[in-house]
Amino acid sequence: MTMIFGVPLMAFMGQLMLGLINGAFYALLSLGLAVIFGLLKIVNFAHGAQYMLGAFVALLGLEYLGINYWVALLVAPLVVGVLGVVIERLLLRRISDLDHLYGLLLTFGLALIFEGTLINLVGVSGSTYPITPALQGGTNLGFMYLPTYRAWVLVAALCVCFATWFIIERTRLGAYLRAGTENATLMKGFGVNVPLLITFTYGFGAALAAFAGVLAAPLYPVTPTMGANLLVVVFAVVVIGGMGSILGAIITGLLMGIIEGLTKIFYPEAANTIIFIVMAIVLMVRPAGLFGKEV
Amino acid sequence: MNTIQTLTPSMERTRRASNRRTVLNVVLLAIGLLAPLAIYPVFLMKVLCFALFACAFNLLLGFAGLLSFGHAAFLATGGYITGAFLTSYPGLTPELGILLGTLAATLLGAVFGTFAIRRQGIYFAMVTLALAQMVFFIFVKAPFTGGEDGLQGVPRGHLFGLFDLSNNLTLYYLVLVIFVIGFAIVQRTVHSPFGQVLKAIRENEPRAVSLGYNVNAHKLVAFVISAGLAGLAGSTKTVVFQLASLNDAHWHMSGEVILMTLLGGVGTLFGPLVGAGIVVTLQTQLAQSPVGDWVSVILGIIFVICVLSFRSGIVGEISNLIKKNFK
Repeated sequence: MTMIFGVPLMAFMGQLMLGLINGAFYALLSLGLAVIFGLLKIVNFAHGAQYMLGAFVALLGLEYLGINYWVALLVAPLVVGVLGVVIERLLLRRISDLDHLYGLLLTFGLALIFEGTLINLVGVSGSTYPITPALQGGTNLGFMYLPTYRAWVLVAALCVCFATWFIIERTRLGAYLRAGTENATLMKGFGVNVPLLITFTYGFGAALAAFAGVLAAPLYPVTPTMGANLLVVVFAVVVIGGMGSILGAIITGLLMGIIEGLTKIFYPEAANTIIFIVMAIVLMVRPAGLFGKEV
Repeated sequence: MNTIQTLTPSMERTRRASNRRTVLNVVLLAIGLLAPLAIYPVFLMKVLCFALFACAFNLLLGFAGLLSFGHAAFLATGGYITGAFLTSYPGLTPELGILLGTLAATLLGAVFGTFAIRRQGIYFAMVTLALAQMVFFIFVKAPFTGGEDGLQGVPRGHLFGLFDLSNNLTLYYLVLVIFVIGFAIVQRTVHSPFGQVLKAIRENEPRAVSLGYNVNAHKLVAFVISAGLAGLAGSTKTVVFQLASLNDAHWHMSGEVILMTLLGGVGTLFGPLVGAGIVVTLQTQLAQSPVGDWVSVILGIIFVICVLSFRSGIVGEISNLIKKNFK
């Protein structure tokens, strides 16, 4: 059997794939955080809860309404996105001219509410979402076994990441968004409806989190706390990458997933903490983050 | 011979505020001394531990403008180190155990602070949260923490080898003394020249830099003091409840201490005390009521209400009222 660094090739590639999948989720979530932060200057602590809600919309939709996976992939982001729009209109708007730390605290409160409510409705342990028949099974590539669903997740996540990048960097709407990030008051002067843009942005960020949640549902146990635990890691990823650039968020997310995967192979004890250690090192060497600008 | 001293209006105000504070302190101390006559001491000790924790947190947020989302790490470190020492060395007296736990949390605070003060605002909050999560994972794996079960049956022992702390009332007065010391350190820090510089940094960091203050050193010292006091609270809590658990290290705990401070009044001296009292009472009462499972939802709702329309907190609102009506 082929060995690489003293580890069987199959096992090595398998772990690398797992790391890459985790990285795809880090990328999707930190992308959403970066988009919201850009315009609202708020760190959306409810992002993990919105990811979790996406997974639960898919799960409960399947159980009670028979909504299949592909429909859920559209419906869940829509539902959570609308919820995001409501949150922005009713709550976040009221504190938009205060210190941005209040936004963090408000969304933290929302996260507690969502998480607590679901724990009461469905219990702590949660359940699993079956892989849709079309994506079951896998292929043996010779050097590794590739489960179809994981390949799909990777492709889908990368496509969505790319699409988001394209919208923001290459379309007129994206130009408005970027201009609003630079100077919202001036944008208003030009007659752009900035408040509407902000509402849309928050809804879009929430929908992105929910999409990630549906993708994750068949891979990880669907529990009310699935998002909260992930979110803290994503925060570390965001500190490493800096929230300045969209592409930076995607690259950092994938990179951190791979590093985590490699750590699992060579020093499993540190697998949970490696990203935080990388964060500490980056803070010492390059405090603004890999892709960030010093403010 | 009498010297006639004239006070400027601002000196007059400062003196009156300081007098008011002395009166309040004396009243609170009297309440603290008499409270166990009316209320179960263990509950009071829980309130005092969390009040000290919230005061430590408030020193950072209220007076230096730094929002730490990782204070649970210091509470838990204090608790675990004290617990581990008291369990493994039965000869160790509780005050030494508490001292060791506080020392460990202070050291951890120095490490956290070194990293966290390199970023500002929202990033500061995220860095502290991430570091605290790392500490959480370390405590899950570390050999001395008992993993998921935590440390149980930590002996209370004899204070200085003399006073038996298994008596709740004796222990209560020890906890009261510890709280008073911690609270005095916070007040002393806030009203010292050092505290004034912290406020200047909170209000306008670039200006403080241009005035020649070493901003990072001030922030770091504030962070270390705050971490140490949080550790003291955690250590004391371990002796009181004879256990240290992962709950204390979880980021929910960091959120709870923020809520206590916010509800009581950020940047007020007595706010965290009031906030801790209310939150602990709520948790204890709700846990026994039919809505016991909804505690975290209710705390979340209070959080949202506080941020939306009650940002000065209870003590802040009251002192605003006083300022408006008794100029």
